[in-house]
Amino acid sequence: MEETVKTTNDDIVLELENLRVKFVLETETVEAVNGISISLRRGRTLGLAGETGAGKTTTALSLLRLVPYPGRVECDKLVVEGHDVLKMSQKELEKYRGADLAMIFQDPMTSLNPVFTVGQQIADTIMLHDPTTREDAMKKAEAMLELVGIPAARAVEYPHQFSGGMKQRVVIAIALACNPGVLIADEPTTALDVTIQAQVLALMKKLRDERGMSMIMITHDLGIIADVCDEVAIMYAGRIIEYGTLRDVFNHTRHPYTEGLFNSLPNIRSRREKLKPIPGLMPDPSNLPKGCAFAPRCRYATDACRAERPADRMLSDTHMVACTRYDEPGFRIDRPDRD
Amino acid sequence: MKKAETSPVLLTSKKYVKQSQIRIILHNLRKNTGAMIGLGIILSLIIVSCLSDIIFDYDTEIAGINIADKLIRPCREHIFGTDDLGRDIFKRVLYGAKYSLGVGFAATMIGMFIGVIFGSIAGYYCGLAEDIIMRCNDVLSAVPSILMGIVIVSALGASTFNLMLAIGITSVPQFVRITRAAVLSVRNQEYVEALKATGMSEARIIAFHIIPNCMSPIIVQITLRIASAIIAASSLSFLGLGVPVPAPEWGSMLNLGRQYVRTASYLTIFPGLAILITVLAFNLLGDGLRDALDPKLRK
Amino acid sequence: MAETILEVRNLKKYFKTARGMLHAVDDVSFSIEKGHTLGIVGESGCGKTTTGRCILRLVEPTSGEIYFEGKDILSLNRSEMKSIRKDMQIIFQDPFSSLDPRYTINQALSETLRVNRIRTGKKAIEDRVLELMETVGLAERLINTYPHELDGGRRQRIGIARALAMEPKFIVCDEPVSALDVSIQAQILNLLEDLQEKLGLSYIFITHDLAVVNHFADEIAVMYLGQIVEKAPTEELFDNPVHPYTRALLSAIPIPEVMENRPQTLLTGEISSPINPGNECRFAKRCRFACEGCRQHCPELVQIKPGHFVACSRTGEV
Repeated sequence: MEETVKTTNDDIVLELENLRVKFVLETETVEAVNGISISLRRGRTLGLAGETGAGKTTTALSLLRLVPYPGRVECDKLVVEGHDVLKMSQKELEKYRGADLAMIFQDPMTSLNPVFTVGQQIADTIMLHDPTTREDAMKKAEAMLELVGIPAARAVEYPHQFSGGMKQRVVIAIALACNPGVLIADEPTTALDVTIQAQVLALMKKLRDERGMSMIMITHDLGIIADVCDEVAIMYAGRIIEYGTLRDVFNHTRHPYTEGLFNSLPNIRSRREKLKPIPGLMPDPSNLPKGCAFAPRCRYATDACRAERPADRMLSDTHMVACTRYDEPGFRIDRPDRD
Repeated sequence: MKKAETSPVLLTSKKYVKQSQIRIILHNLRKNTGAMIGLGIILSLIIVSCLSDIIFDYDTEIAGINIADKLIRPCREHIFGTDDLGRDIFKRVLYGAKYSLGVGFAATMIGMFIGVIFGSIAGYYCGLAEDIIMRCNDVLSAVPSILMGIVIVSALGASTFNLMLAIGITSVPQFVRITRAAVLSVRNQEYVEALKATGMSEARIIAFHIIPNCMSPIIVQITLRIASAIIAASSLSFLGLGVPVPAPEWGSMLNLGRQYVRTASYLTIFPGLAILITVLAFNLLGDGLRDALDPKLRK
Repeated sequence: MAETILEVRNLKKYFKTARGMLHAVDDVSFSIEKGHTLGIVGESGCGKTTTGRCILRLVEPTSGEIYFEGKDILSLNRSEMKSIRKDMQIIFQDPFSSLDPRYTINQALSETLRVNRIRTGKKAIEDRVLELMETVGLAERLINTYPHELDGGRRQRIGIARALAMEPKFIVCDEPVSALDVSIQAQILNLLEDLQEKLGLSYIFITHDLAVVNHFADEIAVMYLGQIVEKAPTEELFDNPVHPYTRALLSAIPIPEVMENRPQTLLTGEISSPINPGNECRFAKRCRFACEGCRQHCPELVQIKPGHFVACSRTGEV
């Protein structure tokens, strides 16, 4: 029996400290993730939000230790459900993926194998982690389908007979088949229509609450975060720049980038308000600026911001922000607090 | 003032564009040792073919009969030996590169020209035109190519040009198929629709926007087809249907050496090796080009 | 005064498929005033993209009439169509496939100008290319770059510049921002808005994102399986949605605000296929309020308030 590693708090199901991922290519080094720490409590949902290239998906793949070649992963600590993932052998990793930590990918069209029925695919996953007979696994697979709102009779159908939303339900059924403690959902509804997206999100919330599962929701849509998550981490250029409870980040926004994201969104309530986009582009991850990565686009930036990487600052017990300007007492961004 | 600054950029733009594309391909190709060896062999063969009429005197050195020196084994003076009519095999093999390369290039160009036209029509206009072209294509490719070559050459008479034509026609189906597949994938890109929306004519869209984007698979196909065209040309010449004697085409040299295969095998070994190395070189280059032109492998 | 630039009457486009006739666009009518924006909203397969393509005749409609500045463009022949194409342009969704990868910005724009004889002479074309790049906010130094060297936002700017090169009066924007990140999306939306103001353009804005269309459009048409189910001025539609589908769509938008227990009406079921639809309300299968009557005939678009049209048999009842 392997010794379980003590975490600081028994309630914490996932703890990640100082994750760094680099892709070393022939001509350049892409710094995809630059020091990310996450801790997730049981039954809670963390939202990882950010734009393309912020390092959201790479972070998720690192948790599964599935970062593709030529990625190099370094990390001080990765403990999931009491298991030290960094010390796992290949065999243990295979057991860990799916049983402790499962992942749902963005595109339901390509995450299912077209030559097997959906029932078989769910049963296969069950049998990988749980030595049972095929009949039992098929029975369980049918139960899983019912759970995600698909009639059990459709277990004998092939993926192409399902619509996009239904396929994503099947993917969720596969992910949940082995009762993982933590579910990572990587943009699970981006490929779906709005009304179907609402259905799938409602289903995920229901299953999460019923099973007491923890979830990491990766998305670029702040609306989905507000709908599903308890805690939010805003990522930019491979770092978490603001981290806190949903209320902290949405109602007491502190980081200029988070403010910029909110200002870029068309407001459904006041339609004629002019959008205030963030000027410029995401920095090239193979050539990050020396100081704060957001400084070139930030209207509050000073020379101090450009000189040095900002440290993580705790504003309260739960609210973290990585912005040098908060060294100055009395510094405030323009977005007003709500409540 | 502002305009003056930008003009030089604009004037050099065309040049800059072309260089950068070729440079990327060459850069990718350079990493592939096999392809570079292939390219080296092909370039030296091309140089030899261009210079062969200057270096050698065709009437005396290549075709001239000198019975006194017949069937000399490879030695210092004749490193590949001499044939039954006393001609130096080394010189003949070098001179023969001209025929093989020439027939290979010309035949493939004929095939490509016809194939790309019909292939892009079939790919761009679906429906009846596509059906007719593709069914004709199926019929054409169902006939064994060597048989087809024999029929064409016997009907038109054995000459170098007819040989090129025969081999060219047999390579048409491959080009039609590859061009059609490439055009089909490019045709559905949104930029084609965008160009139509700007009122551009379909002929212009096909010629300037669709075919250039289909060039990668076609270029690869060209190099690979040249290799098989060289084999086909040699085979037909071996059967006496190709380049007429006494021209030192490698296939017909093989045929001449056939009767001495037991006693003087060097008569067949060296032309045979020449065919093998040339074909191998084109295949190596073709494979390398396929990788170098693949956008997925590009950064 | 308010002058109609485009009018579409009873537009239909059917596609033949192996399983029957696909009614992509089924009897759609609307009109757009000069300088205004009509938003067409709907989910995948509702026919919004086909409608846009039909207007430009990139797809030939099965039947219907399209009047552009009073001229019926469906009766025009090739060369007449060519001259009218200058006035109508389109911006595509995917900035990665809507540009020829082998053409630099300069080549792409100057080809458009030269081929359509909008400018003649090397100098005039060069000047216009630079002017267009400035209009859409592309730095001059990018003139010789290829699309693959640029990010999605800049590519979309090239797409816009290409459309503007024709000096159009009317542009179909087919999901122009859905492939872009939020911060870039806002940049492009602002650009389109500024251009409308500056050049007096009229837009059809096709999207699935209600928040974007709410911000952008003067009037919105909601489409479901090839038909318009509700059409109203934007504010009216958002304040007072009538059709059950519009309501479900509005309640399904994720709103980036902290809200306790937001009331949501979830739709059950999936979008049915638009192949061989029967004579019934196409939304009936997913509608909470559907009754026998809904399954027996297809409701007409009826005006319930000035400018507000709804196609639902049970309007007023529920």
